[in-house]
Amino acid sequence: MLARRVIPCLDVDKGRVVKGTKFLNLTDEGDPAELAERYAREGADEIVFLDITAAHERRGTMLEIVRRTASRAFVPLTVGGGVRSVDEMRDVLRAGADKVSFNTAAVAEPTLLTACAERFGSQAVVCAIDARRLPLEAVVDGAATAEQRWEVVTHGGRRPTDLDAVSWAMKAVELGAGELLVTSMDRDGTRSGFDTELLAAIATRVPVPVIASGGAAGPADFVTAVREGKADAVLAASIFHRRMHSIADVKAAMAAAGLPVRQIEESGA
Amino acid sequence: MTRPKPIRIAVLDYGAANMVSITKALVAVGAEPVVAAEPAAMAGVDALVVPGVGAAAAAMDHLRNQGLIEPVRDWVRAGKPCLGICLGLQLFFDCSDEGDAPTLGLLAGRNLALLDAPTLPHIGWNSINLDRAHPLFDGIPDGSYFYFVHSFAPAPEDRSVIVAHTTHGRPFVSAVAWGSLYGLQFHPEKSSDAGLRVLSNFVALVDASASFTAGPAAEVA
Repeated sequence: MLARRVIPCLDVDKGRVVKGTKFLNLTDEGDPAELAERYAREGADEIVFLDITAAHERRGTMLEIVRRTASRAFVPLTVGGGVRSVDEMRDVLRAGADKVSFNTAAVAEPTLLTACAERFGSQAVVCAIDARRLPLEAVVDGAATAEQRWEVVTHGGRRPTDLDAVSWAMKAVELGAGELLVTSMDRDGTRSGFDTELLAAIATRVPVPVIASGGAAGPADFVTAVREGKADAVLAASIFHRRMHSIADVKAAMAAAGLPVRQIEESGA
Repeated sequence: MTRPKPIRIAVLDYGAANMVSITKALVAVGAEPVVAAEPAAMAGVDALVVPGVGAAAAAMDHLRNQGLIEPVRDWVRAGKPCLGICLGLQLFFDCSDEGDAPTLGLLAGRNLALLDAPTLPHIGWNSINLDRAHPLFDGIPDGSYFYFVHSFAPAPEDRSVIVAHTTHGRPFVSAVAWGSLYGLQFHPEKSSDAGLRVLSNFVALVDASASFTAGPAAEVA
């Protein structure tokens, strides 16, 4: 049976891991390749690197981080941030990544998802969606709504798009995304739990895996993201970076709740 | 007993595969990978790895264009060690339903789509069930998790080559062995410690056969 994945996320800025709250107030959390290797050893099922500045001149820095990580951490690697073309995706895969995640670039040019899926397969194409809750009765896609809606935000949360997050998720999958990384901007870094309504609204409408992101406080939240949010994988950053909870703690809680997880041996090797 | 030189393993480079991960993983288990894009690069190596991600027909086209099909067949028929990974394993069989592609024909059987799977491609960590003991899986407990990314899997005519199976929808063959020919449907180079252990076991098998077959080729006909 397929295991539910636990994924540490490394937000990378100028070659260092950083973490903020609601996408702001960044603090330095260490060297990306070293942290990735530690997480792989501790049982991470996958590692996500997000280049949060994604300045063009620093693309080489990210490729070097991927190369260093791929030579020491033998788990799937996903890279997001700043990839804007098929050729740039090829460079990232050649450096040792398995998947590339598209966020702002996919909103700006949705056919990029199709072009990349045709070239590398949809299993390598992740669409990252940053979403924030709208007040009830908000006007979305030109119409007022009575039910809870979420708006897609881009550029690291700085730019609203007027796109409905659930509709965009469905469209991204149609275009070729093989997986969705759904981040609640309201919960990001707040340790107040995942937005399970947002997750379930998307996960019940798409046939591809959904990775829950934004708000993890402890192991119980990972269980809730899967049970109530219908997520296939759960991503977190600060609780792992600051050693508040280990990946093993999280997996133990998931296993105790009856969820299939890949347990690692306690050899410390 | 230590060998004076590390085991040298040619990794076939025919365009599609994730060469970085497999070569780094072989280094991590003490082997010396040699990237082989043409037959000459296979000279003097101890073993062959056929990696692979992508479609069977495209992979066969690449192998053909690079003049690698007959050298790989000769290598395996001579009983020399060869490991196929994911699409590399599927290429060992007669053909693939993926685009009706004829493949290498080293093992009887065809590759079938995982039709009953709840989701395709089958991506993620899934457990293997060992059908028999095999040195490739020394130290690997039954039920261990490995990383998979695929939509097709082989259906061997000779069931005795099956070493392990995995269930996604219905059971499919996830590892085979026949003489010195080994195949893994999962990606050991992405499967953390368990994957490195399988690669390390492969290197040990190569080492054993290198000492054993200093003379004529082994019993694999």
